[in-house]
Amino acid sequence: MSRLKTLVRNQGGVQPLRGGHSLCQGCGIPMVVRTVLSTIKTPTVVVNATGCLEVATTRYPTTAWNVPWLHVAFENAAAVAGGVDAAQRALRRRHALPADEDVAIVVFAGDGGTYDIGLQALSGALERGHRFLFVCYDNEGYMNTGIQRSGATPLGANTTTTPAGRDSFGKAQQRKDMTAIAVAHHVPYVAQAAATHWQDLSVKVERATAVDGPAFLNVLTDCPLGWGHEARQFAQVVDAAVDCLFWPLYEVVHGSYRLTYEPEKVVPVEDWLSLQQRFAHLLRPENREVIAAIQRQVEKDWQTLVERCGLSAT
Amino acid sequence: MGELTRWEQLPAAGVVTPDDAPQPRTGSWRTGLMPSVDVTQCVNCLLCWLYCPDSAVTLEGTTFTGFDLDFCKGCEICAEVCPTGAIVMVEEDTP
Amino acid sequence: MRELLTGGEAVAHAMRQIGPDVVPVYPITPQTPIIQTFAKFVANGQAHTEVVNVESEHSAMSAAIGAALSGARTMTATSSQGLALMAEIVYIAASMRAPIVMAVGNRALSGPINIHCDHSDSMLVRDSGVVQLFAENAQEAYDLTVLAPRIAEHPDVLLPVLVCQDGFTITHSAEPVELLPDDSVRTFVGEYRIPHSVLDVREPTTQGPFAMPDYYFELRRQQAAALRAASRVFAEAADEFALLTGRLYSDLEEYRLEGASRALVALGSTAGTIKDVIDELRSAGMPVGLLKLVSFRPFPSSAVASALADVDSVTVLDRADSPGGTPALHAELAAALYGGGVDLTGAVYGLGGRDLHPADIRAIVTGPSSAYVGLRGESCPV
Repeated sequence: MSRLKTLVRNQGGVQPLRGGHSLCQGCGIPMVVRTVLSTIKTPTVVVNATGCLEVATTRYPTTAWNVPWLHVAFENAAAVAGGVDAAQRALRRRHALPADEDVAIVVFAGDGGTYDIGLQALSGALERGHRFLFVCYDNEGYMNTGIQRSGATPLGANTTTTPAGRDSFGKAQQRKDMTAIAVAHHVPYVAQAAATHWQDLSVKVERATAVDGPAFLNVLTDCPLGWGHEARQFAQVVDAAVDCLFWPLYEVVHGSYRLTYEPEKVVPVEDWLSLQQRFAHLLRPENREVIAAIQRQVEKDWQTLVERCGLSAT
Repeated sequence: MGELTRWEQLPAAGVVTPDDAPQPRTGSWRTGLMPSVDVTQCVNCLLCWLYCPDSAVTLEGTTFTGFDLDFCKGCEICAEVCPTGAIVMVEEDTP
Repeated sequence: MRELLTGGEAVAHAMRQIGPDVVPVYPITPQTPIIQTFAKFVANGQAHTEVVNVESEHSAMSAAIGAALSGARTMTATSSQGLALMAEIVYIAASMRAPIVMAVGNRALSGPINIHCDHSDSMLVRDSGVVQLFAENAQEAYDLTVLAPRIAEHPDVLLPVLVCQDGFTITHSAEPVELLPDDSVRTFVGEYRIPHSVLDVREPTTQGPFAMPDYYFELRRQQAAALRAASRVFAEAADEFALLTGRLYSDLEEYRLEGASRALVALGSTAGTIKDVIDELRSAGMPVGLLKLVSFRPFPSSAVASALADVDSVTVLDRADSPGGTPALHAELAAALYGGGVDLTGAVYGLGGRDLHPADIRAIVTGPSSAYVGLRGESCPV
């Protein structure tokens, strides 16, 4: 049976995230959520940080969630999840929960709620070893508040707080390597994945939820509005990010790196950038060196990754 | 949206139960095009089902049956990812 | 059983006896003895609790919400900057109706940074929707902590309850404290129950919604009603507690107000010093009394108005300032007494741990009014 059919069967006839929410036409977030939740076979509780997903799916008195769902604030989803984890342990210890029910705790947070304001709580929860899966849906900006830069926004991106203009080429800093930060916490499972490589993502979710401890998934997905492309180009745009090596797909199991996807044909970073309005200004002659800087960084990071994976340098 | 209720009638803390909660018909977001399928070309890969941001692809068991136009926003991603071109966007209300 | 305990230790004992499921904590002076003593109990198997050593107070309250809404009885402790840092989440805990019990070792808010007692930390969260009770001494800190889950968890309340005790003055001073037997406390607090647990996967709920102008106001109004209900719930639990201990608690305590023409109003440990001064002044024939507030939130306005109905002149002592406005307790008294004939004045004292001495209290009772007491330099005349 194909994995997709398995995902359908796992849902047991109930969509964990149903229609009727107000995420944008063509939003890249739901696919990540639905892939993650339909991979996990055990009952699941979702802890959601403030952001597009949370706001658009739970406008009172509606809800798009058919699973238990908890939102508290923007920066603390990991801490809240730690509380849920501690509660489950305590209640199980005094036999106040059904003995055979192992509830998975999954956090969904955007890059803002992970890389920036959410970093402290995430770091603490990883260090304390709570059993939970933290999924960052990384669309490289604060999209819910109108496309502002975050620590995940790539160099050169035009955002409303790093606008391209006469005196600016957009965001002037490279993005953080959040996946590496998670790895530095010595947790059992960390992986980088992409929404459109859903099979790879699904396998990683299985591995992540099998560990008895924290797991972190950094999942690239798009924001058609923020990135500036037609919604229907979702797969093309995210695939290009992976195929130009800007966003390699790999996993780190107890500190051991393994590449999970190598593009058949590596494309230049410019092929990805040119699909998106947010980088359109970089194609101007005066900004081309920014593209070169991005390309250099991508290649450098790829080499580092390849070495960590114990593969020969290409 | 549900009837606006007095504060005394609301469940404490704004807790919402999915079975009782209204589901806004976001199909009204479409601006003239809707997805349509040629079933003879469909290979039941279910990619459209997974990709749809609005969970608007309907299944019977693991078999594709169509689109839930109450919630489809017309983003066209299904048409784009369909490997056989079975899904195309057509004018609204095309039979 | 009578033991010599600091207020901090007494609260740790109360926690041990209550036996919470989850305690997320972060250290800050002067509450640290509470969490340290409790951690020792857990390490020695005297309490079976998941202690979560979080990386900030903001995460302590966040984890507390996660735990409390997952069906676990949850407690924590903080002071000063910790309460300030978690303030965002304290509001949310109240709005999400999370019945968390939190010990507060009242300490001054920075700046300058100061580790000693005043009430500015509690006053920072006075609008957050939580219950705030103030202890006069270690015994009260213990008793109110035992009472707290009965208030917090009552279906008509379901709100966080802050049990406040003066930093250092109570947290670190040893006094004889009467402890209840362990099983009496367990029986008194009972089983923890909430309407909808986040771990209930069979009947999933969405908790912590986004509300637009069409619903926010109603949800907030509902929350205010729950806080008001805490008065009645406190009284009912206090009656039961009195049967166990002989100590009857109430929103307020009247000390020698019968026949008093002059009264002071205060929160916290200073009430103890005031009582001594009142005894002295009463012996000298002065008809003076004290109204001690135990429940600052909900504020018992009508009970306060009744208690002070026959008093001519009242001075409210605030251990927190409200620069540019009226200090909190003074403002509450003014609202409660409005329209009555009482001559009301207020004085700010004790900021940053400045002690209030009996001589200062005598001067407040008998001398000319002063907006600030115990301060070097000019005090603005009232």
